[in-house]
Amino acid sequence: MTAPVAPPTNADTPSGQQRERAATVYEKSVEGRRAATLPLCDVPARPLAELIPERLLRAQPAELPEISEPEIVRHYTRLSRRNFDLETGPYPLGSCTMKHNPRLNERVAALPGHARLHPAQDPARAQGALELMWNLERSLAEITGLSQISLQPSAGSHGELAGLLLTRAYHTDLGHQRTKVIIPDTSHGTNPASVTMAGYEVVKVATDERGGVDLDDLRSSVDEQVACLMLTNPNTLGVFDENIAEIAALVHGVGGILYYDGANLNAVMGRSRPGDMGFDICHLNLHKSFSQPHGGGGPGSGPIAVSDQIAPYLPVPRIVRREGSNDSGASFGLDHDEPRSIGRLRGFQGNFGVFVRSYAYIRSLGGDGLRDASETAVLNANYLLSRLGQGRAGKYLPLAFDRVCMHEFVLSGAPAKLDLQVKTLDIAKRLLDYGFHPPTIYFPLLVDEALMVEPTETETRESLDELADAIDAILAEAERDPEILRQAPYTTPVRRLDEATASRKPVLRQPRSE
Amino acid sequence: MSRYTSATDADRSAMLGAIGVDSIDELFAAIPPDLRLEGPIDLPDGLSETECFDHLAALAARNSHADAEACFLGAGMYDHYVPALVDAITQRSEFLTPYTPYQAEVSQGGLQVMFEFQTAISELTALPVANASLYEGPSSVASAAYLALGATKRSKLVVSRGLHPHSRETLRTYARGFGAEVVEVGLDDGATGAAELAGAVDDETAAVIVQNPNFLGVIEDLAELAAVAESAGAMAVAAVDPISLGVLRPPGECGIEIALGEGQPLGNRLDFGGPSFGFFAATEQHLRRMPGRIAGETTDVDGRRGFVMALQTREQHIRREKATHNICTSQALNALAGVIYLSWLGKRGLVELGELLANRTAYAVERLTAIEGVELLHEAPVLREFAVRVDAPVQGVLDRCAGDGIAAGYPLGREYPEYEDGLLVAITERRSKDDIDRLADSLARALRAADGELAAHSARKSPKAEVSA
Amino acid sequence: MAAEETYPEGLKYHPEHDWARIDGDEATFGITWHAQDALGEVVFYEPPEVGATIAKDSTYTEVESVKAVSEVYAPLSGEVLEVNQKVVDGPELINEDPYGDGWLARVKLLDPAEADELLDVNAYRELLAD
Repeated sequence: MTAPVAPPTNADTPSGQQRERAATVYEKSVEGRRAATLPLCDVPARPLAELIPERLLRAQPAELPEISEPEIVRHYTRLSRRNFDLETGPYPLGSCTMKHNPRLNERVAALPGHARLHPAQDPARAQGALELMWNLERSLAEITGLSQISLQPSAGSHGELAGLLLTRAYHTDLGHQRTKVIIPDTSHGTNPASVTMAGYEVVKVATDERGGVDLDDLRSSVDEQVACLMLTNPNTLGVFDENIAEIAALVHGVGGILYYDGANLNAVMGRSRPGDMGFDICHLNLHKSFSQPHGGGGPGSGPIAVSDQIAPYLPVPRIVRREGSNDSGASFGLDHDEPRSIGRLRGFQGNFGVFVRSYAYIRSLGGDGLRDASETAVLNANYLLSRLGQGRAGKYLPLAFDRVCMHEFVLSGAPAKLDLQVKTLDIAKRLLDYGFHPPTIYFPLLVDEALMVEPTETETRESLDELADAIDAILAEAERDPEILRQAPYTTPVRRLDEATASRKPVLRQPRSE
Repeated sequence: MSRYTSATDADRSAMLGAIGVDSIDELFAAIPPDLRLEGPIDLPDGLSETECFDHLAALAARNSHADAEACFLGAGMYDHYVPALVDAITQRSEFLTPYTPYQAEVSQGGLQVMFEFQTAISELTALPVANASLYEGPSSVASAAYLALGATKRSKLVVSRGLHPHSRETLRTYARGFGAEVVEVGLDDGATGAAELAGAVDDETAAVIVQNPNFLGVIEDLAELAAVAESAGAMAVAAVDPISLGVLRPPGECGIEIALGEGQPLGNRLDFGGPSFGFFAATEQHLRRMPGRIAGETTDVDGRRGFVMALQTREQHIRREKATHNICTSQALNALAGVIYLSWLGKRGLVELGELLANRTAYAVERLTAIEGVELLHEAPVLREFAVRVDAPVQGVLDRCAGDGIAAGYPLGREYPEYEDGLLVAITERRSKDDIDRLADSLARALRAADGELAAHSARKSPKAEVSA
Repeated sequence: MAAEETYPEGLKYHPEHDWARIDGDEATFGITWHAQDALGEVVFYEPPEVGATIAKDSTYTEVESVKAVSEVYAPLSGEVLEVNQKVVDGPELINEDPYGDGWLARVKLLDPAEADELLDVNAYRELLAD
């Protein structure tokens, strides 16, 4: 092991970026400058007030920037350099699956036949797009072991809401009035928030000492009022719940629906399927397991997969495939008329641009490649865990639940806080100086000083070694002088920011200059 | 080793050794044997990059796109020109690949973009606070309704029939979860009827939701509709076309409390409907109930200006079941395209674009209504989209125009049975006078051909007489 | 500027880390040093409405830090007479002076005898020590 070269331990010599004052595009505006030139008005031009009643017209223009094209490009390029991205270095952000984003996918998504296709185009003249969506649906059905798919939800949280509305429609159709949805205390925050939006009441179930659902607690919570149980498996602790069959039997036993939060599907592709585990509804995050770039916080896409009994309630429009006659091939259409459907969840057909990228990803890897991706993700996580089980990390950042992990694992910084007087936050900030994006911190909530680490399959063994070495070096610094961590970072474009003032006295837009 | 991974056989055995297991299978031992997938996923084998490109290109080639025909389709998404600099900037890895800016010190680019975006939306809508984007248009309507239900503790939502059909359908889907009643108010000569609206609004009404310009392209009198809402203590909500806000009176000046909309027209691709972004702006008093991410300005320990995610206690990762909304992922990259586009158009460009659209649209109205068999549905003011009635089955007309390389418009019949012969025509700066002339000629030919084939149909319906009656 | 850890004599304490200063049939409520320390920098306080009735052991308001929300429990039942506008405008007062300028609400007590159920300072310190 080579010790990493230690970054600065003070901010005495500000970098170029640190010396630069952040100026917004509005502050770069100079009256009279412009970038766009519009086509000339080639029809008879009349003043607006002759076309539209004056009381409906705007009196003062919006204060948008007045800025030239070169200045726009420079402004946003310089801004981009103030971001850490996947190409800056490892990004082991737990529960986010920061895998490589293949550039082929960007290329095929930009083809005019995809990017320039109007969403209201007559389906007869959008056959390629509908076939792509059909093929993606069939692929996701295979991967999840569930029969029917809707690609419509825009993100994981949207898929969750869809799943809960499907649950409601299913129970209503059976004449049941159910009120409760059970979620483990380790769940993503979107789960309980979606439950509330869908008009259900949250019932929490505890985690047992092995990191799975506490079966005794579940037994005492399950009754005829339970509409659904939402579960992530492997869960947010990176632990596969071995009792899943029993959990499913308990929930199904009272007529409830089992919902799979697919945020962690990257652990089990080709190894196990939510449908085979007994789940009835599942959402997938195409921006996690299926390589859609995260875009700094979107766009995503959250298709849902369901069993036959839930399928009649899926959102419309549905993609349909019609067998061709004699010499013509199959054709594809949009079906708007499903009487038991919950209806639409958004405009048009969903985030098609994301479908193109994820479909290209699935076709590039094939069944074997997807399985290899999950296996390597789990291998990488366990390798990193074994590295971090030794030395200082093993002492100060122990594993929260001591088991073989799946694609991610959760460490507890409680000993570091007690013995070194540094918080998980301080370790995370110091990692920035070492050139790594920190893991997810302070989640899940039930682990004290949590660090949630998900390296993904696209990191190399060397980069995992470097990360482990950096964490060891940081803990060595903390042994020597914890203040180094508490004041970190030193090398980033800005240093620790005053979040309290930003929430106490919110400044949420550039003030007008006058 | 598969595509996009690096582990060689040597790596794998060294790593397994370090872990202390003999095989990959042991790492999956927690999965009960009967839940393990034996055998591969039943999917086609992986493709090489060139094969995969060819496959996707072959699919794309079967779509008739807006570079291959003159596209007069609108209905919420529009074929505006996306300047090259938008692609160049949004494809930069630094914007393309990061996650949500959880570590503010290394996310200043993204956070400042959010702040700039919020400023632009606040300017466009003339409302003081805006978030950093939502999924897209129609679900943003449902989000506004959710806010209104919580803020007013009322249970009824009154929506105009001029609100996009997708928005109304989405709202109804969500409302079954919220437990809210949705009441629809009809159109009166193309615009939302103020009198009918007043009749539908009562002291249980949480929000009145309208759209401007409405789905038929008609410019609504937002101030009049907002006054009706206010008189009943209901929140006035408007879905607005951002391009229109260069020239139309902004919602914040009309008494609208929440303005939202579909952001696709601002520098985003058509993409067969997504991804794009939704925007959401409100009066100050609704700030703490806003859905989605919001960036705020602050300083770092050395006094440097910086940006952070503000007011996070509203959000699901903190407040969980009591959050103001369940949204996590927003549409950061699409919103970035939006703010770059608005900077590119600039203060004067957005106004000039609105003027150009209004004049081209007026020309298109004149050209099309001069055709025998084409009538305006309504004589109301429009900006960039208008609805006509054609004297022939719409699908046949559209098919004929498609043969001329023209996507002539959006058929209204499925969503508005009362306009069975209705066609919604959208104009952008990409549709020149020549394109409009071609559309008019093609439409005229299509109608003549239909007339010949379907003489019986025309005789029976006599639509000219119907309109004047 | 965060305050030093203190738990004044003479206050009554609720196990959910709230305090009451009783003055005849009125009382002033706030949160303890421990509560504000656990929460971190307080950024928002939404006061209850004056005139509202609040019940012992139920939540009557929330205080927020940057990344947490804490429900505030009423140590006693009462009708809200006054809320601390200075804390609404400057929620950091809760961190700076939790028992003084950082008070949250003043109430008219509905049942002064309820105070017997609250903890004195020694009992509260014991609770914290556990």
